[in-house]
Amino acid sequence: MGCCMEKQSDLSLIRETLDHYKNIPGSLIAILQKAQDIYGYLPVDVIYHIAEETGVAPAKVMGVATFYTQFRLQPVGKYLIMLCQGTACHVNGSELIESAIKDELGIADGETTEDGLFTLKNVACLGCCSLSPVMMINGETYGSLTPDKTKNILRELAKEGGAKE
Amino acid sequence: MRLVVGEGSCGLAAGAGKVHTKLDELFGASNPVNAEVTITGCIGMCFLEPIVDIYEDDGTLHRLVKLTEEDAQTIYDAVVSGDLSKVKDLEITDEDASFLSQQTRIALRNCGIINPMSLDEYVAAGGYDALSKILKDGMTQDEVIEEIDVSGLKGRGGAGFSTAFKWRAAKASEGTEKYLICNADEGDPGAFMDRAVIEGDPHTLIEGMLIGAYAIGAQEAIVYVRAEYPLAIVRLENAIKEATERGYLGDNILGSNFSCKMRIKAGAGAFVCGEETALIESLEGKRGMPRLKPPFPAQSGFWFKPSNINNVETYANVAWIIKNGGAAFAAMGTEESKGTKVFALTGKIKRGGLVEIPMGKTLREVIYDIGGGIRDDKEFKAVQLGGPSGGCIPAELLDTVIDYKQLGATGAIMGSGGMVVMDESTCMVGMAKFFLDFTAKESCGKCIHCRIGTKRMLEILDRIVKGEGEEGDIEKLEELCYAIKDGALCGLGQTAPNPVLTTIKYFRDECEAHIKDKKCPAGECVNLITYSIDKDKCIGCSACSRQCPTNAISGQVKSPFTIDADACIKCGNCKTVCKFGAIVVD
Ligand SMILES: Cc1cc2nc3c(=O)[nH]c(=O)nc-3n(C[C@H](O)[C@H](O)[C@H](O)COP(=O)(O)O)c2cc1C
Ligand code: FES
Repeated sequence: MGCCMEKQSDLSLIRETLDHYKNIPGSLIAILQKAQDIYGYLPVDVIYHIAEETGVAPAKVMGVATFYTQFRLQPVGKYLIMLCQGTACHVNGSELIESAIKDELGIADGETTEDGLFTLKNVACLGCCSLSPVMMINGETYGSLTPDKTKNILRELAKEGGAKE
Repeated sequence: MRLVVGEGSCGLAAGAGKVHTKLDELFGASNPVNAEVTITGCIGMCFLEPIVDIYEDDGTLHRLVKLTEEDAQTIYDAVVSGDLSKVKDLEITDEDASFLSQQTRIALRNCGIINPMSLDEYVAAGGYDALSKILKDGMTQDEVIEEIDVSGLKGRGGAGFSTAFKWRAAKASEGTEKYLICNADEGDPGAFMDRAVIEGDPHTLIEGMLIGAYAIGAQEAIVYVRAEYPLAIVRLENAIKEATERGYLGDNILGSNFSCKMRIKAGAGAFVCGEETALIESLEGKRGMPRLKPPFPAQSGFWFKPSNINNVETYANVAWIIKNGGAAFAAMGTEESKGTKVFALTGKIKRGGLVEIPMGKTLREVIYDIGGGIRDDKEFKAVQLGGPSGGCIPAELLDTVIDYKQLGATGAIMGSGGMVVMDESTCMVGMAKFFLDFTAKESCGKCIHCRIGTKRMLEILDRIVKGEGEEGDIEKLEELCYAIKDGALCGLGQTAPNPVLTTIKYFRDECEAHIKDKKCPAGECVNLITYSIDKDKCIGCSACSRQCPTNAISGQVKSPFTIDADACIKCGNCKTVCKFGAIVVD
């Protein structure tokens, strides 16, 4: 284990979480959620570590991690764009927003820009359907989008994010 | 004087937080009239966000709408000077106010009124009265269930099953270890009723769940909230903490023998987890794949113990029913469906938001009287109910009465409350494909009918919208629909064909236009349309050519432009920017 891994994760970071859930059965999803909070995604060595500590087979942990759309096996950019593709947003033109993002950043669903600043992820309904089309970036919701408005938001963020790098 | 900022997720997305910060700044610096600035959840008038309600000391309400950060100063000046005529221009119009006045609010009774972060405000609004009535006046478990039975309450999560029946079954199950679960997965994309209840009135959910837990004899209650609702989780966590501290949750609730604890489980993004047995698998930390039924959760649910699972809105009605009596609830609605139903009205509608109405109103009343009709005065085409499990109802059925049976008879379903309105520019075949794409992606893969069947259907629909449809495709789709309905393991697969079947039933012409004439009457399917410029309407302003990403539009300023069909990628930018309606889509 670990022989062909590119990167070593700091496994001590997840110690507290593992201890917390030690005696609470059925906590695998909660542990993975915490792990993703900590590492930004689920690195393979962390998945193995969780499997070992919880006694769940690695294949099962992987099974859960790949079943739910929330979990990522790859790192994401500094800004995670969650673009709503729910019914209301679809009817109100979310596809135009998606092409605007592609146009501006050159990334498709699931991809990250080369500078590591943006990742695009299509999601289903953010619950703000009255403001459709909608996207959420790092917890902040942007509603009533137009292609132009979307590009402006991305440019603002690129300026901010790029400056702080 | 009290200023209440509407801060549901939608209000915040519209900018309510910025207005609030500004108000805090102004009143923080100087507050000569001792005005209080607080928050409330979603008022339901999402089309007017951000909203601030000013309550005068005598209770008079001034509702200010569509605010910007700059309006905060105007509001401040008006409040401080005591001259509220200064905010007259910001006040809601009578027409817009009719959006709320035509509603009957039970599940949403406190939403948009009380502060969701304050247990005191909930109690002041009559909260926890129902729970006290049960625990202090000594209603038995059976009496509680009987009252729910009298109310005729049916599950609001979609299937519309009798709540009393489920509670009775869970109570009757052997064993002392039982669980009460709330389904707050709200998977229908286009629905947000449950989010609004949790964000706006979390104690209503807690009280309803406690009453349910008491009725079936559960000591633990779990709320499964979808991952995309972080604010709902924060507000519910706070409410659980406050309720526990104040003796409404935990051991010996209100001094009785009844004990119950509550916790939240955040979902991780999987539509199928809204299905009750898949939800239970997910609660146990596994892949959310449905179990075979029977046994039903009432016999064998979470950790194979008897469990009752209901939707958020179902529980949100419970305390009201116990307090006001089942008969009062049953007095509303139709013979077959009692009480009220909350809908999330969205799409091409003028006034979108949350609508709670007594069962028995017609779709037309909701869409036109409350929702104000179609935006930009376009033609109504269809309304989608029930999301990926439902269907599209056409204009000729707008007078259908809202109850479980009559909506079911159309081929759509009541569903959990998503109501997405579409106008003439929405392609119904594209819509069917949209839902199939969703279900095919969300199919858990456990049963073949759903896993492969939805994929095959999607392939056919995909061909049709690309203009590669063939004679016989409609029949092939129908055959697949019935096979999947019969063979699928869980509700996801069993209902996945509904959007396609209703599209074929009500919009067959449109399907055939795609297949035979290779035309998309709604002008949406990019492979089947061409863009051109109407020479008589074009004034040569060049706005379109400047927006065209492929430089397909050319011409001399002040004379009509033309589009090079080969270079056009049909992105629609030109149509969006043209102020003269000169772009023709055919
Ligand atoms: C694919 C699928 C998704 C579902 N999603 C939800 C959901 O998001 N919320 C919900 O309350 N019920 C959902 N249900 C219905 C539940 O299985 C269950 O019937 C409901 O939670 C029971 O509560 P009720 O009786 O109060 O309606 C779904 C069912 C299926 C088959
Ligand atoms: S459909 Fe996009 S927020 Fe609901």
